[in-house]
Parts: sequence; C-alpha cells; structure tokens
Amino acid sequence: MSAFTIEDLKRIMRDCAGEEESVDLDGDILDLRFEELGYDSLALIETTSRISREFAVQLPEDELGEIGTVRDLLALINQRLSVSS
Amino acid sequence: MSAVITGLGIAAPNGLGTEEVWRSTLAGTSGIGPITRFDASGYPVRLAGEIPGFEVSEHVPSRLVPQTDRMTQLALAASGWALEDAGVDPQRFDDLEMGVVTANSSGGFEFGQRELEKLWAQGPEYVSAYQSFAWFYAVNTGQLSIRHGMSGPTGVTVAEQAGGLDALGQARRQLSKGVRLVLTGGMDASLCPWGLVAQLPSGLLSEQPDPERAFLPFDTGASGQVLGEGGAILVMEPAASARERGAPQLYGEIAGYCATFDPRPGSGRPSRLAAAMRGALDSAGLTPEEVDVVFADASGVPELDRAEAEAITGLFGPRGVPVTAPKTMFGRLSSGGAPVDVALALLALRDGVIPPSVNVTAPAEEYRLDLVTEARPARLRTALVVARGYGGFNTALAVRQI
Repeated sequence: MSAFTIEDLKRIMRDCAGEEESVDLDGDILDLRFEELGYDSLALIETTSRISREFAVQLPEDELGEIGTVRDLLALINQRLSVSS
Repeated sequence: MSAVITGLGIAAPNGLGTEEVWRSTLAGTSGIGPITRFDASGYPVRLAGEIPGFEVSEHVPSRLVPQTDRMTQLALAASGWALEDAGVDPQRFDDLEMGVVTANSSGGFEFGQRELEKLWAQGPEYVSAYQSFAWFYAVNTGQLSIRHGMSGPTGVTVAEQAGGLDALGQARRQLSKGVRLVLTGGMDASLCPWGLVAQLPSGLLSEQPDPERAFLPFDTGASGQVLGEGGAILVMEPAASARERGAPQLYGEIAGYCATFDPRPGSGRPSRLAAAMRGALDSAGLTPEEVDVVFADASGVPELDRAEAEAITGLFGPRGVPVTAPKTMFGRLSSGGAPVDVALALLALRDGVIPPSVNVTAPAEEYRLDLVTEARPARLRTALVVARGYGGFNTALAVRQI
C-alpha cells in the first residue's frame, strides 16, 4: 500500500472545502492547525470521509477528534493504512 | 422609525444584477424558455425561468462552493451587490447591529437531490457532510450572516410567495428594536427534477409548451403558472441612520405591511387577500387614491386571478389603479418573487416608469383591471406589492418615495 501524501490531502481538501482566500495550501502547512487553514469541523468531516472512501481506510471518530495539525492527520492516515495492509 | 431600502441585488431569469434586470424588464425581455438545467422531456412541464450565465466561481469564494446549493450561491452574489449598491462595508458596523432575515420556500433542492441520490445508490458514507445544512430553509440567512459578519437578529420566513414580503416585514420589526441594518429578501432556485416533481401535484403549473403562452396572468388564455429561479436581496436601514452614514440613495421606505391567512378551503368564507391589501394601506396611513401602481401576485391560474382582480377592484374601483406583473418575464420565483417585485417597484418610483406585463395580449375584460402591458411613464410616489403563498398566505406591502 502506497503512503498517503500531503499532495493527496491537498487535492481532497480543495475538492471538499475549497481554499480560503488568505491561505496558500501550497505553502508550508504541515504544522498548521485545520482551523488556521479555515477548515471548520464540518469541512474536516467532509475531508476525512472522502479519504476513508477513496483509500479504503477506517478513521475512527474518536481518533479524528485528537487531530490538531495537518501533520497529525497524515500520520494517523498512514498509520491506519499500514495496519490494514 | 422609517425603514428604508438603500441597496438592491437582483438575480432573475432575464438578468444578473439590478441594472441589467431593470433594463431587460423595461424592454419586456422574458427569461422563460425550455428547461435546460436537466432533461425535462419526460415531464408534463418543460418550461421555466432559468437564470443564464451564472458562473459561481466569479461570485462565490471557492471555500463556500462545495457546501452551498445554487439558491445560496445566488443569495451570496445578490447580497454582495446589494451591500455594494448601498455603499455598506459591514466591517464598519458593529456585528451585533446587523441582522439577516430572508424568505425561503423550497430549501436547497438541487443539492439535496444529489446527496439523496448518493444515499440510496452508494450508501450513507457517500453523503456530503454539508447536507446537514445545505438544504435547510434557514441556510441562506445563515450563510449571509457568516459571510458578512452579521451577528445580530436573524430569521427565516416560510410562506411560499408571501414569505418574501413577510421577510421584509420582519426585517422592519428588527430595525424598530434598534438594529441598524438588515439584509433581507428571498432567493429560491429549485429547477431540478425533485423541485419540479414536488410542484406538479399542486395542479397550478401550466403545461403549455409555448414560452409566450404558458404564463398569462389576467389573460383570457391563462392556463397556470411557470416556475422560475431567482430573487432579490435588499439592504434595509432606519432612514435616520442611512442618512447619517451618507447612504448613496434611499430608494424608498417600507410604508405599510399586512399579512392575513385564508379560511379553510370549503368553509364558504371569502379569501382574506383584500384584507391584507387594505391592512397594508391602513398601516401606512394611505388611502387607495394615493397608490400609483400595484405589483400583482399574478397567479396565472384563472380562479386565483379572478380573486385577486376582485380584491384590487374592490379596493381601488374598476380600472382604478395601474396593475402590473413583471413576473410574466420570470415565472414565479417562490420566495424570491415578491422581493424582486419590491426592488422593481422601487426602481419604478426612481425612474417614473411602470414595467410591463408581457405576453398578456388578451386581458380578461371581466376583471376590469388597468393592466400595464407596455412600459408606461408615470408620476409614481407609492406602490403596493401583493403576494400570495400556496396554502392560504396573503401579504401586501406598500413602498413610498422618501
């Protein structure tokens, strides 16, 4: 199973919730929190539900609740992918 | 407290933006035509008033596009035009001093249909999280409130066409309680299979295939209604506050307002439409002689046309006041229809010209109405706008030059 990359995430984020005018998703965003990127909890639900479907990975809600930064989410997804592969 | 309209934003089947719609409307340009937004060939109704050329990316931030139905996208666009027209920068107001009261009639049908199709075809995990609000009646008010940072009183009126005037009545109430600005009006856009099918059982829709013959209110050939999409968002402020901040224009004041509800069908008691019209004049301290033009509800269903004509002639006398129905160019816009009429009435007062009712070539003589079928120059100071909502709602609202 190939790793889930920041490029995958940015593509899905743009699809699911567009892009805040004041934020450059192509900038250095790994350590930014989703709120700082203009993504509220609903935008995050929409994004993670798309990831679950597209990459056939289970992302339990209680673990998603712990997610703060973009790096956290990438780590969680890749950890779940390695478990299921 | 005098409540005035200082900004207009109209999205209608014959134009995008206030001045474009106004020019098209005075020229009698209709936006009713074959449905192109979906394949309507299997339905008995194949005409509608569609808004052409609305490129959402030009009007709505990308962040909001995935979470909004078309009606909300149109409302967001129109609200921006209205604020710009009014010369309002919301950031210069206290956020709690600004409110939003819009009307809605169908909710986000196109968005809702798409997500419900995913629900039954693919499963619940495929349904957008935004479905949780994107199809609500309240969503236009909510999105405008968030977009423009207006955290004061908000609300939604739902009374089909009449709701569009009820929103303005409620907005005025909020101003009287001390709010400094309210975005108000209404927007609906449910030209999708679900939206059409939901309307078919009413039996009110015309099945006439000719766009010039399908929607003929007050005409001997009236055969029902045509649906349209669109509406208007207006900026309403207390006159004193608008003057103080140097508003570029005060289009007119909401002089009077009244809503009534019809008796149960079959009760034998008459419609309360005339009472709403009289109530609006009474609350404005106006006599019928002082009204210069009536923007009619203009159902297009013969028995409803007759009831409205009787209410108008009962109040104003036979051919006692010019009556017009620019919605003959749009179709019926649900909650958006009456706010568009109010905006057009204010533009009529500004320019001294009554916009026409088109395609009505054989007005029924028995209705005894002075129906305006070509743009008519006139000295105008006061207009009465009438709206009926399916299910017995009647509302009338008077606007007056200030």
